[in-house]
Order: sequence, then structure tokens, then C-alpha cells
Amino acid sequence: MDKHLLSGNEAIARGAYEAGVRVCSAYPGTPSTEIFENLPQYKDALYCEWAPNEKVAVEVAYGAAIGGARSLCAMKHVGLNVAADPLFTAAYNGVNRGFVIVTADDPSMHSSQNEQDNRYYARSAKVALIEPSDSQECIDFMKEAYRISERFDMPVLFRTTTNISHSKSLCTFSEREEAEPFVYERNQRKFNCAPANAYRNHPKVEANLKALEEYGETCPINKVEYRGGKIGVITASISYQIAKDVFPEDTSFLKLGLTYPLPMGLIREFASKVETLYVIEELEGFMEDQIKAAGIPCIGKEKVSRLYELNPERLREMLFGVKPQVKALPVKAVPRPPVLCPGCPHRGFFYTMSKGKNFVIGGDIGCYTLGGAAPLGAMDTCVCMGGGFSVAMGLSKAFAATGQQKKVFGVVGDSTFFHSGMTGAAEILYNKGAVIPVVLDNHITGMTGHQDNPGSGYTLQGEIAAAIKIEDVLHAFGYENVIIVDPQDLTAMQKAVDDALASEVPAAIICRRPCLLIKRIPHDIGLCEVDREKCIGCKKCLKVGCPAVMIRDGKSSIDPGQCVGCTVCAQVCPVGAITRKESK
Amino acid sequence: MATKHAILVGVGGQGAILTAKVLVGGLMKAGYDVKMSEVHGMSQRGGSVSTQVHWGEKVYSPIIGKGAADILVAFEKMEAVRYADFLKPDGVAVINDFAQDSATTAAGLAEYPEGCLEAMEGAFRCYTLNAAKIAGELGNSKCMNIVLFGAMTHALGMDEIDWEAVIRETVPPKFLELNLKAYRAGRAAAEK
Repeated sequence: MDKHLLSGNEAIARGAYEAGVRVCSAYPGTPSTEIFENLPQYKDALYCEWAPNEKVAVEVAYGAAIGGARSLCAMKHVGLNVAADPLFTAAYNGVNRGFVIVTADDPSMHSSQNEQDNRYYARSAKVALIEPSDSQECIDFMKEAYRISERFDMPVLFRTTTNISHSKSLCTFSEREEAEPFVYERNQRKFNCAPANAYRNHPKVEANLKALEEYGETCPINKVEYRGGKIGVITASISYQIAKDVFPEDTSFLKLGLTYPLPMGLIREFASKVETLYVIEELEGFMEDQIKAAGIPCIGKEKVSRLYELNPERLREMLFGVKPQVKALPVKAVPRPPVLCPGCPHRGFFYTMSKGKNFVIGGDIGCYTLGGAAPLGAMDTCVCMGGGFSVAMGLSKAFAATGQQKKVFGVVGDSTFFHSGMTGAAEILYNKGAVIPVVLDNHITGMTGHQDNPGSGYTLQGEIAAAIKIEDVLHAFGYENVIIVDPQDLTAMQKAVDDALASEVPAAIICRRPCLLIKRIPHDIGLCEVDREKCIGCKKCLKVGCPAVMIRDGKSSIDPGQCVGCTVCAQVCPVGAITRKESK
Repeated sequence: MATKHAILVGVGGQGAILTAKVLVGGLMKAGYDVKMSEVHGMSQRGGSVSTQVHWGEKVYSPIIGKGAADILVAFEKMEAVRYADFLKPDGVAVINDFAQDSATTAAGLAEYPEGCLEAMEGAFRCYTLNAAKIAGELGNSKCMNIVLFGAMTHALGMDEIDWEAVIRETVPPKFLELNLKAYRAGRAAAEK
């Protein structure tokens, strides 16, 4: 049979297709994004979309599962915090057709603000938890997830981690299975969570979980590999692959695919057959705590860190004290942090902010979080999606209450504005905040690799859509003075900030310039050059934080391979030593 | 056979991930079990990138830690130093004699370190080549990654795999001649 090298995310998309999924809704977030980027190839068989945020995505997918279509939802771990509300009640109501939510966790925080372990959501919401350990399992377990969702009448949480989502391994494909047709009829007792119905539904949830726990004892995705009675390892997900490399060949494994509820009978029986039992899991002791609470002795977090990703060398050292052999070099590499790209439209805004006196800037999640890095350094806080406006609001109220003279800005991107920035914009206006909301509108969801959003004019399936205008939303809220500015024009940018601060009516700023990496928009690419005779070596051009601008032999120098001719460096040069050639 | 591990490192946009894909193509043709991992969180924004490739009869973990790689391929020489502790003490390094400023060195916040190549050559068996120059001489700096790939195949010593056939299958016809030349030039540079 043909073998395909697929990432976990590509395999989940394939698995959803093979499982007969019909409706899919998600909000992008690393490391989950490629799941939905790989769905449009199946658009003859299923509908897929980017929702404005994760809560909306779960609600759309859940509605579809009530309506009679197998449905899929996906998000990064922190996205499930946004979507937790519908998840917990969907667990009470149950489904008509299978409903699977993929949560892609990010241990080691490669591109995240925390490394929360979302397995606890399954236990807390009382839903099934399935964890694949490679790409083939991503396909096969998706199909099992839909069977479990329908048989036990509950949403299923399908958890990956970065090293499952972004690692590639060999897979074989099967034909698509179509789910049994379902004819929708109103069923308020089941799907209207009014208190009396919720009251009746809770015991049903407990009974379904109990039945699922019994199913877990024999289900095909929980497997015993018996190799001897000396050492036994209970593990799941990426930890299984890592433990297989670390433990000796005569180690027995209980490899779990259904990790909530745990099959405690199977675990007890496995434990009785081995002298020493280990529970190996990345991040928290989610399984271990339950196994110990059941009175089964095991070794886990005494040895295995709760911090960061595991790998075979780390695990070997933690378990057996074997240090990796590493040769020390007499040279050290200096940091190479991610930065705003050359020509990034956010640069002009953050440069202007960096010049402000007593400015306090509430930041948000996106490429523009990099505006907080040196040398721009123009950001005070970054908490969560949409927090840019509302955290700034709290800052402004604290400054007012404590008599501190500050000028407060809240910053979000266009996708973030639609995600959860709009509510913060309403808050600032409603509660009379002394905050200037700023939307950095680059026409795309940038950091996750260019996904469309309600303002971009296209859908995930590549169709033209109504582009919602941010200024219309802000006007409708009551921002009478919405200033739209090209942030790459530093004079205009400075004027926009001054005008907003001086405004007597509620003011907001939209910095509008498309991301240079958007392929469907023509860009005016040029090249800036330094006149070394004119350059006085003052290094002011370095303050814009462009990777194409550097100092060579005491004078400014621009890397023609990286420069796109945005002229932000030229605009800050006090002697006019940098000029733009019209085309590259 | 024991599972073999390669780590390819560089700067976002240099083509490390694409090169890893060509490598994987050859390993799949040879019938190995293969796994590959990409660490590309914020890497598109000029950060450091790394890709790992693992092959053998049966591969378990798609990621390795320190002191475990058989071969390190560095598209940029400071990145070789950054990831050197992933190499086994008897591991092999293929290094592009090419420096790219980081945001910190460009802004004058840090000095680009001197002696990266010498440090690597002092510690490991190294194949050093100026792939950027070789690619430039071939008329297109973008084939730098395949020049390095050619050097890598020599360092790997897996001559049973027809790497040129893999390149033929992977590269668009328009760029095939260029990439074949790049592959051969990289291999020749490593053989010296």
C-alpha cells in the first residue's frame, strides 16, 4: 500500500475526511493551524471555515453535530480557554452526530504564552480524551473518536502536542466512510440547557462516562505490549514514542489512546504483572495522579519534570541519571530572536510609540507582539487574544485612581479585533476609558502563517466574502473620531497619535497597510541605499529594528537581499543619507 | 540497524526544511521508516530554525535531545555553534561558511562571534564549504540549500541511494538542471 509522509496536523485533516466529517470550524493557532489549512482539498466532501474565534468555532461545529453532521473543531491549547463555555454544556447535552474538538498543546511554548496541559479539560468537562502518538494514529484515532462521540453521546477532546502536530511520519490511507444519515427533529429536553433539562442531563453524563470507562478496558486504542515482568510503563501520546527509545527492550508497555476516563481495571491488571511501574507523561501528572489515587504505586513526577517537552535524552537523564555526552565549544552563539520582517507595516507604528513620553501600551497576541522586543520595546503588557484593549482599560483606570499621568494605548491586530477585541472596544467607550484603541490592520492573520478573517475578504475555501470594515464597527460603537493612517508614513503616523490624544470626542486609530507577504496583493517593492559619504554613523536607523539595516565599518549599511524599500529607516535618518531606488 | 539522526539548522527562509524533505524522499525510497520534525514556531520572522530527520528499521521518537545527532547540517555558521550540543561527540558536521547577522548583531546589541568554523572543526569531523559562493557561481543563490544537500549526501556515505533521482522527483522541471548542478558541486566540494 502507498505510504504518505504526513504531519500530525495533515493526518488529522485526512482522518476527519475518512471519518465522513461534513462541517468544520476553527480559529488558527500554532501548533493547530495546518489541520484546517489541509481541509479545503476535501471541500467537495465537507464544508470548512475560519471562525472569528474559538468559542464561535466550537458553537458552529457543535450546532452542526446537533443538526446531523459529523463535525470538527480545532484550536491551540489557549484557544480552548476561549471556547470552554460551550464545551462544558455540550458535554451535558450530548450530540446527534459525532463532534470532535482538537486541542493542540504547546509544551516548551515554541509559540505560546503558557504550557497549560489541556487534558484536565476533559476531566473537568466530563468528556472523552483521545491522544494519538504518531500521524497514522491521528488518522485512525479520528475515526475512533467519532464512533465514541456517537456511541457515548458526548463531545470528544482530541489532544495533540507540538511534536505530534508538527512531526511527520508514514501513513496509509483508507476510503471515506459516510456516517448514517440523521434526520433532525427538535429535541429541547436534550439540547436546551434550561436548568430543569440540565438537572436531568447531569446523571446522564455520569452514566455515559461510566459506560465509556468500561469500554476503555477493551477498546482497540488502549494496548498492552507485554515484554516481561520486570518494568512496566503506562504512557500515551508523544511520551510513548520517547519512552520506547529510553526503556530497555524487555520493558512492557500499556499504551493508552483513550486517556480519559482511564481504564483503571486494565491499569490495575497491568500493574500486577510488573515489578516496577512507571507512568511517563509530558507536563502534568494527569494519569499518574489518578493511578496513585486508585492505590496503585508507580513512579512518575518524582523523576520526570513537569516542565517543557520531553525528548529521549532528557528522559534518560531524569530516569536513569545518564547525562548526554556533549562537546563544549570555545565560542557561544548570540541570540537570533524572531523580529518584524523588513517592510513590516507594524514597524512604523511601534517606532512612533517608542518615541512617546509616558506612553503605556497594552499589547496583544500576533506578529505585533514583536513590537515589544528591542530596540522598539514599545509594549507594556501582553496577556491573551483581545486583552490588548481591555488590559489597557484596567491600566488607565488604575492610573486615574492613583494619580499617575500616563497616556494609554491598547493595540490589537485585525484578526484579533474580530476575535475578541471588539468587546474591549465597547468596554472602553461604555465605561469612559482614557485609552486610545489602535487596530493594526494588515489584512491577514499573520503570525500563524496567513489565514483569512472577517476583514480580509476571502474564506478558507477560497471564496470571495464580505469584508467587514473595522472603521464601520468602531463608528457604530460610537468612536466619532476614527483616524485611518498608513503606519509606514512616520509623519502621518505621528500626527494620528497626536490627533487621537488631543481629540475631544472618542478616538481610535486604524493603522492600515497590508502585510508584505500577502501574495494576492501587488506590493511596491523597492530598495533603500546608504550614501556612505553623507552617513554620520549616528545609528538612528538602527532604532527602527529592521533586520536589513546594520552598521558596517562605523556607517549604516543596508542588506539588499533583505530590504524591500519601505523607507522607514530613511525617514528617521537626520542627514538624508538613505534613499530609495524605485524598483528592485 | 540503530536509528540514525540528522539535524538541519539555519535561519528562517534558507531552505533547511525543504532540504530535509529531499533527504526524507531518498530515505523513503530506500525503504527506511522515517520521521521528521519541524520546529517553526516564529521562525518565519528571521529566527533560528531546526529540522530533525530520523531513519531506521523502526523509528519511535520524532525528536532527539542533546548529544544524539549523527550529522548536523548548518546553513549558517553561528547556527552550527548554537546546535553543536545536539551532535554526538563522534558526529559529523556539514557547515556552510556563511554568516547572516541576527537582529541582535545587526542592531549592535551583540557581536557576531568570531571563530565559529574553527571551534566546530576543533571539536568535530567537519565538511566546510561556501555554499553561498558556489550557488552564486552557478547563477542562482537560491540553490544554496541543494549545494549543502550534495555535501551532506557525501558526508552520510549512503551511496546506495540515487539522490539525483530523488532531486528529479522533487524539484520542478524548470529548476532541475540548476539543482542537479548544485547537488554535484556540493558533493564535489565535500569530497575535496
